[in-house]
Formats: sequence, structure tokens, C-alpha cells
Amino acid sequence: MNRKQFIKTVLGATIGLSAAFTLTTQAADTIKVGILHSLSGTMAISETALKNTALMTIEEINAKGGLLGKQLEPVVVDPASNWPLFAEKARQLITQDEVDVVFGCWTSVSRKSVLPVFEELNNLLFYPVQYEGEELSQNVFYTGAAPNQQAIPAVEYLMSEEGGAAKRWYLLGTDYVYPRTTNKILRAFLISKGVKESDIEEVYTPFGHSDYQTIVANIKKFSAGGKTAVVSTINGDSNVPFYKELGNAGLKATDVPVVAFSVGEEELRGIDTKPLLGHLAAWNYFMSVKGKQNKAFTKMYKVWAKKNGVPNLDTVVTNDPMEATYVGIKMWAQAVEQAGTTDVDAVRDAMGGQTFKSPSGFTLKMDETNHHLHKPVMIGEILPNGQFQVVWRTKGPIRAQPWSPFITGNESKQGL
Amino acid sequence: MFKNKRNALLFILSCFTLVFPIVGKALDRTDISGLASETAMERLRAIEEIAAIGDADALRLLENLQKSEVMVTDAGQIVLENEDWDVIDAITLEVLDPQPDMYDTVIVNNRMRSQLERAVGVLQLLSEDREIRLTSAKSLQDNLSPSLLSILNKALAQETDQEIIKILKESQSVILLDAADAQQRIDAVNYLNSSNERRIRELLAAKLEKNELGVYQEDSAEVRVAIESAVASIDRKLTFIDYFGRLFSGLSLGSILLLAAMGLAITYGLLGVINLAHGEMLMIGAYATYVTQQLFVAYLPNHFDFYVLAAIPMAFLCSAIIGVILERTVIRWLYGRPLETLLATWGISLFLIQLVRQIFGAQNVEVSNPNWLSGGVELWNVVMPFNRIAIIVFAVLVLVGIWLVISQTRLGLFIRSVTQNRSMAACVGVNTAKVDMLAFGLGSGIAGLAGVALSQIGNVGPDLGQAYIIDSFMVVVLGGVGQLAGTVYAALGLGAFSKLIEPGVGAVLTKIIILVFIIAVIQKRPQGLFALKGRFVED
Repeated sequence: MNRKQFIKTVLGATIGLSAAFTLTTQAADTIKVGILHSLSGTMAISETALKNTALMTIEEINAKGGLLGKQLEPVVVDPASNWPLFAEKARQLITQDEVDVVFGCWTSVSRKSVLPVFEELNNLLFYPVQYEGEELSQNVFYTGAAPNQQAIPAVEYLMSEEGGAAKRWYLLGTDYVYPRTTNKILRAFLISKGVKESDIEEVYTPFGHSDYQTIVANIKKFSAGGKTAVVSTINGDSNVPFYKELGNAGLKATDVPVVAFSVGEEELRGIDTKPLLGHLAAWNYFMSVKGKQNKAFTKMYKVWAKKNGVPNLDTVVTNDPMEATYVGIKMWAQAVEQAGTTDVDAVRDAMGGQTFKSPSGFTLKMDETNHHLHKPVMIGEILPNGQFQVVWRTKGPIRAQPWSPFITGNESKQGL
Repeated sequence: MFKNKRNALLFILSCFTLVFPIVGKALDRTDISGLASETAMERLRAIEEIAAIGDADALRLLENLQKSEVMVTDAGQIVLENEDWDVIDAITLEVLDPQPDMYDTVIVNNRMRSQLERAVGVLQLLSEDREIRLTSAKSLQDNLSPSLLSILNKALAQETDQEIIKILKESQSVILLDAADAQQRIDAVNYLNSSNERRIRELLAAKLEKNELGVYQEDSAEVRVAIESAVASIDRKLTFIDYFGRLFSGLSLGSILLLAAMGLAITYGLLGVINLAHGEMLMIGAYATYVTQQLFVAYLPNHFDFYVLAAIPMAFLCSAIIGVILERTVIRWLYGRPLETLLATWGISLFLIQLVRQIFGAQNVEVSNPNWLSGGVELWNVVMPFNRIAIIVFAVLVLVGIWLVISQTRLGLFIRSVTQNRSMAACVGVNTAKVDMLAFGLGSGIAGLAGVALSQIGNVGPDLGQAYIIDSFMVVVLGGVGQLAGTVYAALGLGAFSKLIEPGVGAVLTKIIILVFIIAVIQKRPQGLFALKGRFVED
């Protein structure tokens, strides 16, 4: 093969590959649904499972006859953990593929990146992950938790006698909008509870940071001054080196509990969880929740994973954002049925007040006005097998407060 | 420590029962169903009641609880499982007949875990076994209260082991800081003077503060003077320990940078190939480790702990072979054309990442540390994890290996001669094409070795190499191209420098400062810090 031929083959292969990735657009008798999750890069550890869940749910709906007599057609794109690329891919989904709704995003920075696109082109985004609040768009439905449905209850638990009565707080996060805003809210909340400024330490690391030696040593030092809890908003695969370092340094949960807001069953798959016994996570769903709905949901995912040859399928798990994705798609489908059309404005009107019996065992309701779900809050401790055991939960679903009362300037928005 | 008087009383009672076991009642007459209660307070109380009995059976049950082995049947009976998976009664250990259909693990949360730790610690402080006494003495350190003084005194009177005596005496002194007698307090402070723990320092420093009424926590001026000198003495030790800790993490980071950059120092430094796929050679090494681990799990589960050793040659060979293939198929056509090499190797890197993603999935894979690499050793309160120590040693070994190859073997001689003057080497009969291939294979293989090391501390995923490629280039460029010694200095220097400043400025700013520093150095010395001196033929 001479060089010219070689280049030709490579070019041909590249074009072929890119054509295969953007699924071709024909067939008017289907309803197109966009799926916008990173399948590569630092966020792939978390987002790949959400893409799988979305595909599974769409298959489930199709198997029952589809929506409005039409089949759903998923359009999967990979924004590769690259925030500007999220906006590009969203635009492509809406204008070229002409999808009626998009399910996607994990990090807040990716959501902020696509938000103007959805508002400009008037389309719908279902965002399935817990986030910092401070946002309310006509074009987004938030099926993850707002701060008062995750962060605040978790900190309250750690402050309580039951949770270990922590007096000092080490707020550790990845350096972007979600951890910074959450920590701003938590700082204001802690101070309102009488915690001194000197007892709060805020530390950030870059995305993909892998050397946590200094930070773990500092946590140890900080904890000498009184009962300390670490609130971790580390995102993506940096969690693996962080927890490995924590285990090796012998920092046990009974001395310094770490509560994480972005670590679920999926993220723990890559780690030896024995040294992490007792560290905590706050979510609105855990795989270990008992009940008929959850049994059906986990079973459905396992079967789907097996059928589709998901890597390492003997250890597949479900987690909170997967549940939120599932609930989001099902609720959207209900709203479409009710509206009788996939028209964005009609579906948006139909969404308010939709209810769905979720795998968490609770009936979740989409709030009539604020585009957020009413969700139960659960706090779980890590078990040696990588699952969580629920040690505390709310009696029922609570309403989201997207505009935290702990941030000044939000006083007028509390009615939302 | 005690929320209400009742708990405190119970606890004191539990200590007394230890000293006078006649008072206690046997476990089989106690109701332990509270362990399965919905409310955590009930469960805590049940643990206290069991601890109060304090006989061998109670101790065993508490240890079962610590290991989350205790279960409850749907009828509310507290049970365990024996080796044959039969359900047995938790107290009598008799096999239940009939066996219950439904049973669930008793929930043990962090609070119960620390209570269990304390209860078991108290019960085992007088154990026969030195190791058990040591752990229990350590576990009591974090849970001190005046009620423990009597048991500590009793243990101290019997103890012969110096290490345990030291821990116990320290605990005793901490309790005696609140003694009524000022002389006792001074003695306690003087003993704690020798401590090097931050925890003790904070405890002492708190005594020097005034409360809301403007009265010192420690009312005797004499004791305050003693405390001040103790705090100063501990502070001096802590500063030293702090820098020691930073030095260790700097050395550890430096050794990782060195491993990642050494292969590049050969391919870039000696051959002049800008290999952007170098990071992917690291990644292939890490995946080779993963595959070896899986093979060991499947075929040699009994020798699992040694999989890392087997992974070392595996990773070297995999990366080296792929490196040689790359050199033969792509890179050798591009020698002397840096821009094209850059683009081609970048393309190869994307190709390799996608290939791995197709084979192993986009998710990270789990590479677990073998037992002998888990945990760490504590020196002056700085925990040095075994995996990091092992990587430092490994980096030194690899460095020595490369040095031997380059300076002592015929291949090394050829590599050096081709580096210094390619055409002259060719004239005297060196097969330069073959040397290029072998050198490239060697560089890639070393990157594979680095992959084994990286798999022990971080993520193994398709993007692993991306995180290290920039760092590797920084090290090689800073150290000076074509210089192994320069690479060593640069790696260790960068590691130590970033770890020294990180506690002060944070991880994000550290990265920026390092980049600015390198730009400044390159401005001043474009050849790198340790450029070769002498006459060289430029390509």
C-alpha cells in the first residue's frame, strides 16, 4: 500500500465512522429523542450508565407500543466531557436530527453550556443529576435533587448526635460551578447554625486531579481540632484516587466521616470499598432500597445490560441519576400521552403535576410551577460490598427549593 | 461524651463490672432484641447492656456486630450464621430449628461502630494477646472520658509492653488534665510534652483560652506556664513532621513523574520523535496489568497477591511490541519531519484510546492493590502508603535498569552513537533503522512499566494517558532534551516543588504556578535546565 492509498483508506474509514455515529435521519413515523451524555473523558465513568438507562427506558416504552402510536427513536451523541462541545451537540440534535426532547448532561457546567441553545431553539432538556440550584429555565425539567433535597439534609444529619455531631467542616470539591455554589450555600447554612468561620475549610481541585496526598494529610491535620466531617463534591473519576488515598492513610469513617454528593454505586465500582466502610453519600435513591418498584427496575437494567453486552456486566449497578433519568423519560412520556402531541409548549404545560411511582418506593410529583421533582432524601453508609445501607431518610418526598434561602438575593424567589 | 446521665451511669457500671465481674449477669438472661430496633437510640442502649455484662460471650457478640455479621429474623430473634450457612442463635450458638425463611442484617452505623470500638476496647485492655491490647489501647485514645481512669490505671499496673504503656500513659495524662490537684495536672502536662500529635496540642492549647466569663480554662498560672512550654515543644516537632510529610509526597509525585517521563526521555530525547501517543503506552501498560489481574483471578486465585510482579514483564512486552509496530508502520517514514510526526502520533493516540474503549468499555476498570501494597507504615505520624513506597523503589530500579542498558550494553552503545551522530554511525556500519526501532520499543516498554505503577494509585481507563502526557513533556523539556540525568532532576524537582507549595496555595493554583515556572525556565534556557555541553551535530 503506498502512502496515497493509505491516506485514502484512513480518510474513508474516518468518514464512515463519523457517519455511523450520527444516526441517519429519515422515517417521519418515529418520535426522535436526543441523548446527550459523555461517553468518553473524565465524566464517562458516571454518564455512560445514564445513556444505557435512557436507551433501556426507550426500549421499554417501544415494547409497549410506543407513544401516540409511534415508536421512539433514540439519537445518541458523545460530547466527550468537553463543555463547549455539549452546546454544539445539542444544537446538532435539535436542528439537524430534529429531536422533540433531549435527556442529558451531568455536570452543571455542561448544563450551563447547553442552556442558551435550548432557550433559543425552544426545546426541552431533562436533567437527571443533583445540582446547586440557582437556575430555573422554561426549557429544562430538573429530575435530580436541589440543594435542600440533598446537601442540606446531609449536613444536618452529620451535625446531629446520630450522625456523629460534627463540629468542623472540610468542604472539598472539583473546581467548577456546582461545588462552588453548593459550598457557598453550605457555608451560609453552617454559619446560620452557629459554626465559626475558622471551623470551615474550603478546598478545590482541578477536574481529573489524581494526587490527593496533600489534601488527605490536611484533612487529618484539620480534624485534630475537633470532630470533623468532610463534604465531598468531587466529580468524576477523581473520586477513585481520593478514596484510595483515604483508605491507605487509614482515615476511618468513625474518625472523619466523608459525605459525598456525586458518588454512587457506579463510581464505587472501580474501587476496593472495604476501607471505605461507613463513609456516606446522600441521594434520593439507592440500589439497596427495598420494594417492588426497585426490584423490577434493577432487574430490568441487569437484563438490558446482559442483552446489550455492557462491559463488566456481572457487576452492573443502578444509582440515583439512573433512577432520575428513568423517572424523567417516563414522566415525559406520560405528559406526551396527556397532551396528545410532542409539541414543546403543550408537553411543558402537561408536565406540571405529573406523578410517577418511582423505584425509590415513593410516588414522585413534578411540581406545578418550579420544574423540579418532589423527592425523598436518603443518607446511606458504604458497605464492604460497594452498596449503601440507608441510615436515615425523610418520611416522604419534599419540595425542591431551587433558589436557596441561604444565598442573599434569593428572598423574593422563595415562592417559586 | 454522654448525652444523658443514664448512659454515663451505665457506662461507669460497665467499667465496674469489669473490675468486679461478680456483679454482672450472664448474657443468656439478657434481652438483646433491642439490637434490631428501628430507632438508633434503642440499638445503642442494647450495645451498652451487652457491654455491661462484659463476659467472653458478650465480647464475641460485640465483635460479631463490628463485622456486621449479626442478623435478625422476621420473628425478631437475633441470630448469626455458622460456617455451613446455618442460622444459629446469637447467644447460645445453637442451630435454629426450624430455620427461619427471612432474616436481615442488623444495621450498624458510624455512631454504633464507634461505640462498639470503645466497648470492645475496654473489654480487651487486659487481654493476654499483645496485639489485641495494642489495638484496644489505640481505640480508647479517641474515646477518652474520666470514667475510664480506673481501668487505665489497672491496665498500666499490669502492662509490660513499652509501646502500649506509652499509649496508655498518654491517655491517662489527657484525662488527668482535668484533675482537681494542680500538681497532678502539671505532671500530666509534662508527660504530654513529649507527644508529637496535633490532637494533644489542640487539647493543651484549648486550656490556655478564656471562656465566656473571661476566666482561663486552666485557672492555675503555674500549670499554664507548663502548658505553654509543652505547646511550643509540640509545635516545633509538628513543623518538622509537616515538612517531612511534604517531602515524602513530593518524592512520591516525583517518582511517578519520573516513571512516566523516562520512556519519553528515550523516544523524544534520544530519537527526537515527538510522540504524542506516549501517554497511550502508559495506558496500555495499565490495561496489561488489569488483564494479568483478571488472569490471576481466573486461573491462580491463590497467588493473587503476586499478580503485580507478573504484570511487570507483561506490561513491558505489550507496550514495547505495540511501540515497535508503530515505529515500523508509521513513525519511521516521518523521521526528520517533526510536524507530521506530531500529527500522526496524535492520530495514533486517538486511535488507541478508541480501540481500548471498544475492547474494555469507556468505564474505568478496577485494578485492586494486592494485600502487601495496601495500607501503610506510620513514621512520626506521617502515613506512608505501601503502594507509594513501592513506586519510589520501582522508579529507582527502572532508572538503574535503563542506565545499565544505555551505558553497559551494545544496544546502548549504538543508541548513544546514533543520538550523537546519525550519519557517522551509519558509516561505520551501525544499522540505524534497527537501532531506532529497538530504542523506540525500549522507550515504549518503559512507559508500559510506568503504567503498572500508575494502575496502583489511580484510575485505569482509556483516558489515563492523557493526564500524564503533558506532565511527561514538561519534565523532559525542563530537564533538557537528550539527557537522562536531567529528566531525573526535573521530575524530582517538579514533584517536590509542587508538593511544597500545594498546602499553601491549593491544587488549582499549584498547577498554574508550575506552568508559569516552566515557561520562565524555557525562556531563559531553551535547552532545558541540564542541557548537554559540547559539540553536537544538529539535525
